[in-house]
Amino acid sequence: MIPGIGAFTQDTLWCFSQVKGTMETGTTEADIISTVEFNHTGELLATGDKGGRVVIFQREQESKNQVHRRGEYNVYSTFQSHEPEFDYLKSLEIEEKINKIRWLPQQNAAYFLLSTNDKTVKLWKVSERDKRPEGYNLKDEEGRLRDPATITTLRVPVLRPMDLMVEATPRRVFANAHTYHINSISVNSDYETYMSADDLRINLWNFEITNQSFNIVDIKPANMEELTEVITAAEFHPHHCNTFVYSSSKGTIRLCDMRASALCDRHTKFFEEPEDPSNRSFFSEIISSISDVKFSHSGRYIMTRDYLTVKVWDLNMENRPIETYQVHDYLRSKLCSLYENDCIFDKFECVWNGSDSVIMTGSYNNFFRMFDRNTKRDVTLEASRENSKPRAILKPRKVCVGGKRRKDEISVDSLDFSKKILHTAWHPSENIIAVAATNNLYIFQDKVN
Amino acid sequence: MSQKQEEENPAEETGEEKQDTQEKEGMLPERAEEAKLKAKYPSLGQKPGGSDFLMKRLQKGQKYFDSGDYNMAKAKMKNKQLPSAGPDKNLVTGDHIPTPQDLPQRKSSLVTSKLAGGQVE
Repeated sequence: MIPGIGAFTQDTLWCFSQVKGTMETGTTEADIISTVEFNHTGELLATGDKGGRVVIFQREQESKNQVHRRGEYNVYSTFQSHEPEFDYLKSLEIEEKINKIRWLPQQNAAYFLLSTNDKTVKLWKVSERDKRPEGYNLKDEEGRLRDPATITTLRVPVLRPMDLMVEATPRRVFANAHTYHINSISVNSDYETYMSADDLRINLWNFEITNQSFNIVDIKPANMEELTEVITAAEFHPHHCNTFVYSSSKGTIRLCDMRASALCDRHTKFFEEPEDPSNRSFFSEIISSISDVKFSHSGRYIMTRDYLTVKVWDLNMENRPIETYQVHDYLRSKLCSLYENDCIFDKFECVWNGSDSVIMTGSYNNFFRMFDRNTKRDVTLEASRENSKPRAILKPRKVCVGGKRRKDEISVDSLDFSKKILHTAWHPSENIIAVAATNNLYIFQDKVN
Repeated sequence: MSQKQEEENPAEETGEEKQDTQEKEGMLPERAEEAKLKAKYPSLGQKPGGSDFLMKRLQKGQKYFDSGDYNMAKAKMKNKQLPSAGPDKNLVTGDHIPTPQDLPQRKSSLVTSKLAGGQVE
């Protein structure tokens, strides 16, 4: 057995670690988690919800007394990032739902993250304060001004320790740059710029400048009647600050190089898997729409998620993916009802583990799937309160497609389509995952021997 | 003779075709699903996944109440009832004018997320 970061050998077992959120049925919409993201060290875990709130959890230091418990995540900070707005000109409500959170790499004692709703991106600074100055000359301890006539001596204020306070302050607000709904933000590897993508355009921002942005992709047709595809996700290359990709509703991915021209409407690479025309149906385009695209940590591959599969593409091969994994192919015979209840439009995300050897994505019935790229083994696990005993090992789940259903299996017709896992995150270097199940956040870890 | 052959051949072909269709449907549950959908909604657009979806997607925001439109429509309708919103309140279709009943309740004062409260488990 070769131990290693993210090694998914036969012996990898996932255990329940923590769950956040309430158990009560009848969730308020605002509590639905809409994004989950670890920071670059994995020390912090941020969630955004439909109510526009961000909650950040911090991993506690591992104590020597409890070797079997890896550091747990506790609430570190929470704040209201976005509020509902109203566009009076168009009579449109702008939802406060946080679509994406992206962390900046840490450069000083404070933490910085970008959070975005449909229209506005904000840069938040999260910092700690554990000292307070005391002994001002002109103010008393409550902050009231002292009468200068009563001051007879001078003293030097000193810093005294206080209870730790974590403050979140909005440092930049990047507004009014998107006509359509922002679906992605991505921090560039130069740490100076980032991009925001909506359905038809992608803009490049400098962190210091909020009143201007460069438009780098514009696929809006002159005549909107000719609209055939929209941008669904976009991401910068992890190392090359000139390179980014964006995916479309037609199942294609374009890689662009910002050195080629100011407006990257002409792609450098175009990734598309050829489709057998005899297989085409009414649903073909809808289920081929890519809901998420992610570079591998190495920067050599991209992973895309469409309705039924996850695909891994080699940047050097544009004509087809190198790997295709079936997430829940049994849904193919349910497409009619999934279209009627709109589930066919659900946008699932996908993630790489730290070593790019395992990929993970969500499904329905609070199931999520992991695929080991090396062993070609896959597993289906469930995020549920029933498996919530500390360090309880998660039992693999199986969906029965037809015929005889075994005792542990669940049939396709019994799946709960309202319990969808759209957002998951994987710790950058360890086998710790965060899974958002509607209004609950589950944290799982691999078994510590 | 030839007639007999013609009679025979169609039977053979039908047999093959049948097998073919069965195979195809077996391989393509999507097609069966598509047939189901078309049976339910015969007027469904010719263009699969075409700009209708995209337009709907681009106009995700809600149309709000416009008092001018509302009063004009009321004056036109006089005693008649205004058409009420269909199940999809986001779509403004036909003569439907958003009415006060259609509007979602405005949010009350902002509350801390439940993820931030409660016990650590």
